[in-house]
Amino acid sequence: MKELVVLSGKGGTGKTSLVAAFAALAERKVLADCDVDAADLHLILTPRTLQVQEFQGRRRARIVPDRCAGCGACAEFCRFGAIAFDGPGNEAIGRTYRVDPLACDGCGVCGHVCPSQAVEFSIGRDGEWYISETRHGPLVHARLDAGGENSGKLVTLVRQRARAVAEERDLDLLVVDGSPGIGCPVIASVAGTDLVLGVAEPTLSGQHDLERLAGLTAHFRIPMAVCLNRADLNPEIASATERWCQARGIRLVGRIPYDPVFNQAQEQRKSVVEVGGGPAARALRDVWQATHAMLTAGRRFGNGRTVCDSW
Amino acid sequence: MRIVFASGKGGTGKTILATNLASVLADQDYAVAYLDCDVEAPNGHIFLKPFITSREAVTIPVPEVDEVRCTRCGRCGDFCPSHAIVCLGNAVLTFPELCHGCGGCTLVCPEKAIREIPRAIGELTRGAAGPIQFVEGRLQIGQPMSPPIIRAVKRHMPRAGIAILDAPPGTACPMMETVRGADFVVLVAEPTVFGLHDLTLAVDAIRKVGVPYGVALNRVGPGGDGVERYCAQANIPILLRIPEDRRIAEIYSRGDLAARTFPGFERWMSDLFGGLRAVVRS
Repeated sequence: MKELVVLSGKGGTGKTSLVAAFAALAERKVLADCDVDAADLHLILTPRTLQVQEFQGRRRARIVPDRCAGCGACAEFCRFGAIAFDGPGNEAIGRTYRVDPLACDGCGVCGHVCPSQAVEFSIGRDGEWYISETRHGPLVHARLDAGGENSGKLVTLVRQRARAVAEERDLDLLVVDGSPGIGCPVIASVAGTDLVLGVAEPTLSGQHDLERLAGLTAHFRIPMAVCLNRADLNPEIASATERWCQARGIRLVGRIPYDPVFNQAQEQRKSVVEVGGGPAARALRDVWQATHAMLTAGRRFGNGRTVCDSW
Repeated sequence: MRIVFASGKGGTGKTILATNLASVLADQDYAVAYLDCDVEAPNGHIFLKPFITSREAVTIPVPEVDEVRCTRCGRCGDFCPSHAIVCLGNAVLTFPELCHGCGGCTLVCPEKAIREIPRAIGELTRGAAGPIQFVEGRLQIGQPMSPPIIRAVKRHMPRAGIAILDAPPGTACPMMETVRGADFVVLVAEPTVFGLHDLTLAVDAIRKVGVPYGVALNRVGPGGDGVERYCAQANIPILLRIPEDRRIAEIYSRGDLAARTFPGFERWMSDLFGGLRAVVRS
């Protein structure tokens, strides 16, 4: 099985629209939405959910007001600024210390330094994940609760489940919709994958963030290709990005023009290639063909890593 | 006043609004600071073109074990929830890239065999863009944890004047870390199906923090009034509507400030500020 991860560095360059088009074009595949804190792929694929599971991210601390003596050791040792002296009072003191669950890292230091055993830890729900069926095949997706912790762990889980679905159903390809940025959820989505497709736009910001994404894939030695979306927005920067890709040995798999069909397709809950045959749809088909060729040309080795030696 | 520009969906226009507002308010003689908290993809510098006065590493403290003192008791490994320090029979191994820097291992070690050494995970850049104070955090490529960099940026928040914070997209911990302690959050949204969905997620997140907020709509074109209906139903003020205009996208692509070149943009920024100030005061 081959795995493709679609990323961008900068947000809003069109990752999900591209993955939705690939969903319509690719055969024998499973889809995974790893943009777990702002997942949108299901809005196009309108899935029927087969299975829902709770996701538990990280434990969090809570100070039991009745046991807090107000000494302040917890706040002094907390490195995450998660403890404030604004909790409710008890019989002995007017105010107690309180943990902000959104800032708590769950490290356990407060519990260790508390002389009154006033800190309790519990692991709670941080979201849920789903296995669904769509008109384009199975989809594994998730929803991190607002402010939920440990998105990287949830991304890893979604990818693992999607691989399992592919194995069960004997499918050849996993297409992953990634999240913007280059931090924890992105690192979790690229580890050990066959190919990263970076969706770039010809803006100075887009170029800057593409360079950071390319740095990340180079750091983890993952092959990368790039496609330019809204390619005609700024021809000068578009050719600069092309030259940059060439110099780095990154293959440019296509240019997609600026086209209102992207929003129209969203309104109809369809992918761009499903609503018509305009220039953007044609470009997306070319991008898919070039990407697919790269994926199948890669030679597979025993450890599951692919060495793509044909480009 | 601390104003955060945030969004659930990426690429809705946080940076274009944050940098243009900073520039317009500075022209009106406000003391303005711009703090780029989108540390994974910081782009504010492209528009503000600051003169850089200092660069320093952002570090987190990670453990270093004194093998002579260490008795391999294993308490450090038992304590560490990130598995960044592990005691295996005759050896103690550390995995600095997994460490969150909580300091727990040094506290639980009975032999005082662990000391903390700084490990760079990013960079903090400071400077000035004309009268605008500029602070940027930048996550080192390959490092997963952005919240410590965001905290480092926020430590340079000025006490007086107006601080404008450019948040990372999404609703996970980096966005929440940026929003914590804000006086007002501008949620930048676009009136598309994805835009509406991610706006509702961002609203859920902001409500958990309990900070006043409003919406700025970007790329408003014909149709797509779902966001308008949602805001009306949820009683969320829409502070600004920027029309879909390819010229604005082109100005953005070149790294220029629209308030300097696009007719009406400067006025939109003033209106946005007036609108959000009215909400903060009420």
